Amino acid sequence: MKNTKSIAIGAVMLCGLFSVSAASAATTLESVKENGHLQCGVTSGLPGFSQPDDKGNWTGIDVDTCRAVAAAIFGDAQAVEFTPLTAKERLTALQSGEIDMLSRNTTWTLTRDASLGLNFTGTNYYDGQGFLINKDIGVDDATQLNGATICIQAGTTTELNLSDYFRSKGMEYQPIVFDTSEQTVQGFAAGRCDVLTSDRSQLAALRSKLSDPSSAKILPNTISKEPLGPVVRQGDDQWFNIVKWVLFAQINAEELGITSDNVEDMLKSDNPNVQRLLGTDGDMGAKLGLRDDFGHQIVKLVGNYGEMYDRNVGPDTPLGLDRGLNALWTEGGILYAPPLR
Amino acid sequence: MKKQTVDSRPAGPKPWYDPRIRSIFFQFIAIALVFWGGWTLVDNTLSNMESRGISTGFGFLDETAGFGIIMSLVPYDATMTYGRTFLVGLMNTLLVSAMGIVAATILGFIIGVARLSSNWLVAKLALVYIEVIRNIPLLLQIFFWYFAVLGSLPSPRQSVEVADSFFLNNRGLYLPEPMPQEGFGLVWGAVIAAIVVVIGLRAWAKKRQLATGQIFPTFKVGVAILVILPTVGYLAAGAPLEWEFPALKGFNFGGGITIIPELAALWIALSLYTASFIAEIVRSGILSVSKGQTEAAKALGIPNSLTLRLVVIPQAMRVIIPPLTSQYLNLTKNSSLATAIGYPDLVAVFMGTTLNQTGQAVEVVAITMAVYLTISLAISLFMNIYNRAAAIKER
Repeated sequence: MKNTKSIAIGAVMLCGLFSVSAASAATTLESVKENGHLQCGVTSGLPGFSQPDDKGNWTGIDVDTCRAVAAAIFGDAQAVEFTPLTAKERLTALQSGEIDMLSRNTTWTLTRDASLGLNFTGTNYYDGQGFLINKDIGVDDATQLNGATICIQAGTTTELNLSDYFRSKGMEYQPIVFDTSEQTVQGFAAGRCDVLTSDRSQLAALRSKLSDPSSAKILPNTISKEPLGPVVRQGDDQWFNIVKWVLFAQINAEELGITSDNVEDMLKSDNPNVQRLLGTDGDMGAKLGLRDDFGHQIVKLVGNYGEMYDRNVGPDTPLGLDRGLNALWTEGGILYAPPLR
Repeated sequence: MKKQTVDSRPAGPKPWYDPRIRSIFFQFIAIALVFWGGWTLVDNTLSNMESRGISTGFGFLDETAGFGIIMSLVPYDATMTYGRTFLVGLMNTLLVSAMGIVAATILGFIIGVARLSSNWLVAKLALVYIEVIRNIPLLLQIFFWYFAVLGSLPSPRQSVEVADSFFLNNRGLYLPEPMPQEGFGLVWGAVIAAIVVVIGLRAWAKKRQLATGQIFPTFKVGVAILVILPTVGYLAAGAPLEWEFPALKGFNFGGGITIIPELAALWIALSLYTASFIAEIVRSGILSVSKGQTEAAKALGIPNSLTLRLVVIPQAMRVIIPPLTSQYLNLTKNSSLATAIGYPDLVAVFMGTTLNQTGQAVEVVAITMAVYLTISLAISLFMNIYNRAAAIKER
């Protein structure tokens, strides 16, 4: 009797956690404005994407994506509070209303989009999964990895891609699944595994954490598509549109040649596309429920997509990643934002 | 009887003054409130999740998992279901818990007794062990055993090897695997027969001792029977056993039995940590037995080892068992720290990867909680039965 009771109480308390934030009827935009800041979920530390610097300021491309939304709403890129989340926690934190948006290099998949009550608003980084190997084992191509032991970080699409890849090639492997990326690197460094697999953008950063980075190399193979992007809750179309169009505005700004340096000059531009983006003409902002100069604020305070990329992950940063797929469509990449009109 | 006395009262109090009716009434209200509270929360959760478009239910358990798991006691590959990953994780949790409980108990008893040893050095060593181990957080100890020990082991190509059949490297310990051939059933038959014979022997020896006072060396003879009978069966069947030896294939060893370093590190850390607590429990149990008991045994000329085994420990067990049960429960729950070093236990596999791939957080967490609760209650139940058997029978 006592035992069944404690099971019931346990179950009840668990459910209680999920019913807390249900009552709020206000839209996400209203509640964000009321709070005076945007609550944004990011990683607990991933170079180039979201990481606190030595002064405690969050930096990274995912962080800047949040800052751009804050700039659009408040005209203040600092009006963001960041919630560091592990891969396991991230979706639940968004579902339960703990955060307003998630920008935590999260891969856009059908299951996540369709069955979890979430919406992906776009892609702020096109990534793909690759392999980091110890040079000693003398492998040049992923097809030679039959029988290898592979270190992976838990809670990522990586695990499934890896399994799919090895199965489709008729190869075997042994997965060691670690909880955080630090432990994954430690496991690799200790020789527990031959190969470390992760998104390619991460491999360079993880390699730089090894005591002897030249002992490891990245294989040329890319085994999956990893479109990483911001996520919001379903059921608030206005908020979905805002987060979606903030990123589109940044991409369009780069296409139009508007940067944080020349944005004030661009206010005088005759180009109608530039005028609509910066809010000197039309009421694009009002349609989203934002100020009309939201595009101006984003570019002024955060910059266009290219600036955001170069600052955080570009060739001049420790990650040193070329634009590749993430270049504009006009420059051989696949970044293509719908027109702001 | 009871009913009669109630009936024989001249006139009972009014129902709302009757303490029995009152207590039933209030208990009923309390239960109704608990159920109402539970139902409201469950209903609220479900309707909230539905209104947010989050799929619910346990249907995901039948979907294909699609990810690999390094160690599995039941057949598993990536084409099997999420339900199967649950089973794999559960078996791995039970394995490391069972191994940990056995090792921690043995080690704990040895150290607990050593702590009371009259040999100064032994007693102080036991004291140092207990104070060091139980005062360092378990997670750090797990990391120590995993990364410190792993780092000092050689790579597969430079494995430490014994007789070309045992290999130790930073991928694990590789042992030859016995492969029973046709006719091995005879060996199993012999093992069962040996066990039956030993049980019968014990009963006979006890009866004889009660009748004549003569002690029969049951232990030695029993062990001899347990060894000899199966060996005879094995030879009679024509040695139907072959060994599969591990061999280096490509990156790693294949074949044979592998003990992965994650399992070893977790097992060592859990056993050493819990053993330090069990040692203290054993010490307190032994100290609780009055000195008069030992002195009486000595007066009867019973040797020291027998005094400990037949007089002190049985009485100490009454004090030891209840706190020992909590240590077993702790060990089982602590095994969930496995996720930090990549041992595929229930929390790592099911509440980790499966939860993440399906996103069914409420269901997965509820199942996992229910499982730990069930394991804990089962251990409790078992230990309570044992406790009842060991407790003082008051007459």
